[in-house]
Amino acid sequence: MKNTAIISPSKAPARLNVKKKQHFRKTWRLHLMLLPAVLAALVFKYAPMPGIMMAFENFKPWLGITGSEWVGWDNFRLIFTMHGSVQVIWNTLIISVLKIIFGLAVPVTFALLLNEIRHMGLKRSIQTFVYLPHFMSWVILGGILLDVLSLEGIVNRLFTALHLEPVMFLGDASWFRTTVIVSDLWKEFGFSAIVFLAALSGINPELYEASEIDGAGRWKQTVYITLPSLLPIMVVVFTLSLGNMLNANFDQIYNLINPLVLEKGDIIDTFVFRNFQDGQYSLAAAVGLFKSAVGFVLISAGYYCAYKWTNYRVF
Amino acid sequence: MYYKNPSYKAFYYSNVTVLLLVSLLCILPMLHIFAVSLSGKSAAEANLVTFFPIGFNLESYAKTFENDNFIRAIQISVLRTVIGTALAMTVTVLAAFPLSRSSIDFKPRNLYVWFFLIIMIFDAGLIPHYLLNQKIGLVGSFWVYILPHLLNVWNIILMMNFFRALPKELDEAAIMDGASSFRILTSIYLPISMPAIATLSLFAMVGQWNNWFDGMLYMRSPDQWPLATLLQTIVVALDLSKTGINFEDLEMLSNRSVKAAQIFIAMLPILAVYPFLQRFFVKGIVLGSVKE
Repeated sequence: MKNTAIISPSKAPARLNVKKKQHFRKTWRLHLMLLPAVLAALVFKYAPMPGIMMAFENFKPWLGITGSEWVGWDNFRLIFTMHGSVQVIWNTLIISVLKIIFGLAVPVTFALLLNEIRHMGLKRSIQTFVYLPHFMSWVILGGILLDVLSLEGIVNRLFTALHLEPVMFLGDASWFRTTVIVSDLWKEFGFSAIVFLAALSGINPELYEASEIDGAGRWKQTVYITLPSLLPIMVVVFTLSLGNMLNANFDQIYNLINPLVLEKGDIIDTFVFRNFQDGQYSLAAAVGLFKSAVGFVLISAGYYCAYKWTNYRVF
Repeated sequence: MYYKNPSYKAFYYSNVTVLLLVSLLCILPMLHIFAVSLSGKSAAEANLVTFFPIGFNLESYAKTFENDNFIRAIQISVLRTVIGTALAMTVTVLAAFPLSRSSIDFKPRNLYVWFFLIIMIFDAGLIPHYLLNQKIGLVGSFWVYILPHLLNVWNIILMMNFFRALPKELDEAAIMDGASSFRILTSIYLPISMPAIATLSLFAMVGQWNNWFDGMLYMRSPDQWPLATLLQTIVVALDLSKTGINFEDLEMLSNRSVKAAQIFIAMLPILAVYPFLQRFFVKGIVLGSVKE
């Protein structure tokens, strides 16, 4: 930095170029390492972006994006006036918001309870079991749930044994959302607890020792030491999950839904996919764009808040 | 000490009981399916099986493996999992290393960060993706299972954070000895990053093995489907007309214990790798998510 002050203004740009070249000579290998990822991003992530324009067109596959008729906001107007579309957005919001709330509360509680266990072998075995469902796809779990939750399934057999009314978990519209939310929670709570368990093991033990001398019991320690130490990571997880507000999980719903519960269970993504299959490209793309745009705002806001409040940075 | 307190002791033992029940709840459904798959046809159809097979036999597995469609689907799944994981991990590690340098050592770093951040927060959506893959000739090709999954920005971030947490002295010493960036990555970073690499490989493998949607979306013929897509059509969607399996086999395949066997076969590779990689992934995730 000192040198730049002495250089006369006319020579400065030339000197900068030389510097740039020197820097590149030192770092070209790093550029080369990034090349595959950059190419993959350009081809598979950036190249489809102009295709978004079809949301403003009456898209016909044989005319292409440039040849199809331009209709402006018509598709979007159609979405919001179409029969059932508001219900679809509403379904998506209910399912995803409840998933976000329980998806934070349950893993935190589980992590706190698991943290109390001092027997390491026991702790590890519990962890092995509860992480497992996370790695199974919704096709596998859908197959299992269809069997286990059917009217003759093992859960309803247990209900009958307890003299309870059998429940059509997946075929009764009033039960479908509950089933979706609980089964998602069952699949993910263990795995989501990992970050909280990590944060718990990072708390300075001296805090607990000092509080013990002051006469604090385990409950007081949890309220005044453990929870405040978990708060930053909870804020990060919560704000980042807001980006999923319009993502109620296509894989899960698509594999569990059936015509009986379509009205209560249809979400944006299944709606897009059905319209796509019916050849309603523009309409489906418009719904997709609406979702991406809202997602973009929510994710950016989430990242910004997480950064503001807890200094969290993605990169 | 607080844990000598009798009321805490009462809490402790009820807590252990609750957690044990919860963890049992996580595997019982799978255990049930496994028991059904090993049970005789009549016991399975009459819903008598709980967690132990009744009328033990391996017929359901034998029937499944006799079916050519299944064998072909399993081959495709194995192939896409092996190739897809290897290539995606290469791309991830190669991209994470330069991004883990500081923006002083590697000035364009932040430019690249923005380049990847944008695709993380904005997605073109299903149909533009489909049309692109159609245009570049991936529809109906095996490579549609591999190429679009090469880049995963989240995995790059996890890997990058893991690299950043490694002691700086390591690369200073290597640079002194005249090692190039490639040399530092392959001889120093890779050997000590095994927890993170094992974790991300597990994620990539599971993602590939479980992916059913791209088979359904991009493949015209069921012969090109991976196991997950075939399973989705037979077990979940119950749309047997699409699979191209002949009628006699279909009747056999819709039997409850045979379906259970197919579900279990699809779970098996994950159950096989998971215990070996599990001890890595807690460490891998934790280190990957911690910032200095």
